[in-house]
Amino acid sequence: MTGRAPELAIVGAGPAGMAAAITAAGLGIDCTVFDEQAAPGGQIYRNVQRLARERPDDLTLLGPDYAAGLGLVQAFDRSNAQFRPGSSIWEITADGGLGLLDGTGASALAAERVIIAAGAMERPLPIPGWTLPGVMTAGAAQTLLKASGLVPDGPVVLAGGGPLIYLVAWQLLRAGVPVSAVLLTAPRRQRLAALAHLPMALWEAGNLAKGLAWRKETARRGVPFIGGVQALAAEGDGRVERVRYRDAHGRDRSIDCALLLLHDGVIPNTQLSRVAGCPHEWDARQRCWRPTADAFGATPLDRIAVVGDGAGIGGAEAAATRGRLAAFDAARRLGRLEPVEMARRAAPDLRRLRRQMALRPFLDAWFRPADWLAVPPDDDTVVCRCEEVTAGDLRRVVAMGCLGPNQAKSFTRAGMGPCQGRMCGPAVCEIFAREQERPVSEVGYYRIRPPVRPITVGQAAGLSGLGEPGSSGALPYRIETATSD
Amino acid sequence: MFTRRPHSGSPVRLSLDGESIEAVAGDSVAAAMLAAGAATFRDTPVGGLPRGPHCQIGNCYDCLVEIDGRPNRQACLVTVAPGMRVRRQRGAVRVLP
Repeated sequence: MTGRAPELAIVGAGPAGMAAAITAAGLGIDCTVFDEQAAPGGQIYRNVQRLARERPDDLTLLGPDYAAGLGLVQAFDRSNAQFRPGSSIWEITADGGLGLLDGTGASALAAERVIIAAGAMERPLPIPGWTLPGVMTAGAAQTLLKASGLVPDGPVVLAGGGPLIYLVAWQLLRAGVPVSAVLLTAPRRQRLAALAHLPMALWEAGNLAKGLAWRKETARRGVPFIGGVQALAAEGDGRVERVRYRDAHGRDRSIDCALLLLHDGVIPNTQLSRVAGCPHEWDARQRCWRPTADAFGATPLDRIAVVGDGAGIGGAEAAATRGRLAAFDAARRLGRLEPVEMARRAAPDLRRLRRQMALRPFLDAWFRPADWLAVPPDDDTVVCRCEEVTAGDLRRVVAMGCLGPNQAKSFTRAGMGPCQGRMCGPAVCEIFAREQERPVSEVGYYRIRPPVRPITVGQAAGLSGLGEPGSSGALPYRIETATSD
Repeated sequence: MFTRRPHSGSPVRLSLDGESIEAVAGDSVAAAMLAAGAATFRDTPVGGLPRGPHCQIGNCYDCLVEIDGRPNRQACLVTVAPGMRVRRQRGAVRVLP
């Protein structure tokens, strides 16, 4: 099926994508939102409408920040924006071409402008044993709770850092889950550096207080928070049975668990912005890559904008603001708003965004991932989960003269498996930077090529919307049928 | 590993490796499998090692399963349907007999 080409295509129906769509549709722009999920909300407001209907108690359990998503989702439903659920985008071209995969197969369409609102992913944490069944991310446990009402029934340990680990511990406890401990890995010495950002953070004192309350209530229910943890490892025969670590006094410890939930902050999911050809920069403060963009999400590519956490981590409220700003900018570029009018409308959101981002420098410094989590010290630790390439394998090829992450694909197959480098990319770059004694920004990242979601040969062969009359800007591919003699 | 909280959703029956399991409408295949007690979803083609879902949002590709005869589907991104046939993947696919 060839989708009718929208003026504005928005990829991702999280807070940024929904807010962009509501604003754009309100300005008379013909816009379509694509999302892989069956319902709008993104990961943060995942399944919020259905949950409110079928599990109202869980709405209370998950807390007011999640329930707040209901209003945004309802406003999105009421808007004139088209929603295409169950749609994967496997290609974006700089001129607005989109490769789409949905229930009907693969197709290509072209938009005047594309807003990528792909959101965040949890920072992969390559520790020994992280590939064992039963080792998940804290976000995965939260997703299972939001999407299906599933809660762990055995002892759970959470390990790492970042605001979400406190929230998930609090939510699991409220659901009656036995949480054995929260192991915190952020080096204690960096707290001093973080305190320098505290005055600015107080601008967002409400959110700061919320995080402290999660921690306080979790501790009050008897869950130990163990700080200064190092040498974290998951162990078990065929699935996780215990977590080992070294405590702040240098003693080796272990805790039995049925589920180990890892989390150390979130990073932008850059797969789509990379495939579109957007330039990316290394954000040393957030220790991750992000696409280069201004406050309106505009990238150096004329037709492409990036918004929300996928453009740099700022949280759900900032994501919605950034979505609106990108919609105003789209309206100006599509001739719906005069520049002066656009500036007038955007001004309150620009002010709001400054306030919403005020807590970040403090959080980024306080929860900065430990070096030993970013660069696995143990040679046997698997870095590329798909191809089972270890940190030692990578260090060996660097020693052999391998130039960078892209050459490491040919040398080791790291990044060549089904996840296409999503899980190993950050660590591979950091290993190269460490071994070659140069900044990550100079090492660079994997070149990401389409399709960024797997499509079958059959789906590719049935690809519709290529170069058809009137479909200017559709994907620059041609399917040729070879005839054998 | 997981239990389900009270809900008013409607049941959906599907099969996992030939055994009938019950899910709830709207579940992902991954959630349905976890609720049915599955921890291991596949063995890796490289080392034959057991894997289960890690991220639940389509990034890790460790929840790959065969659904209705098609291999390598991301269980966390596919919604359950009545009568769906799900199979765990064991190691690499044999091309030659």
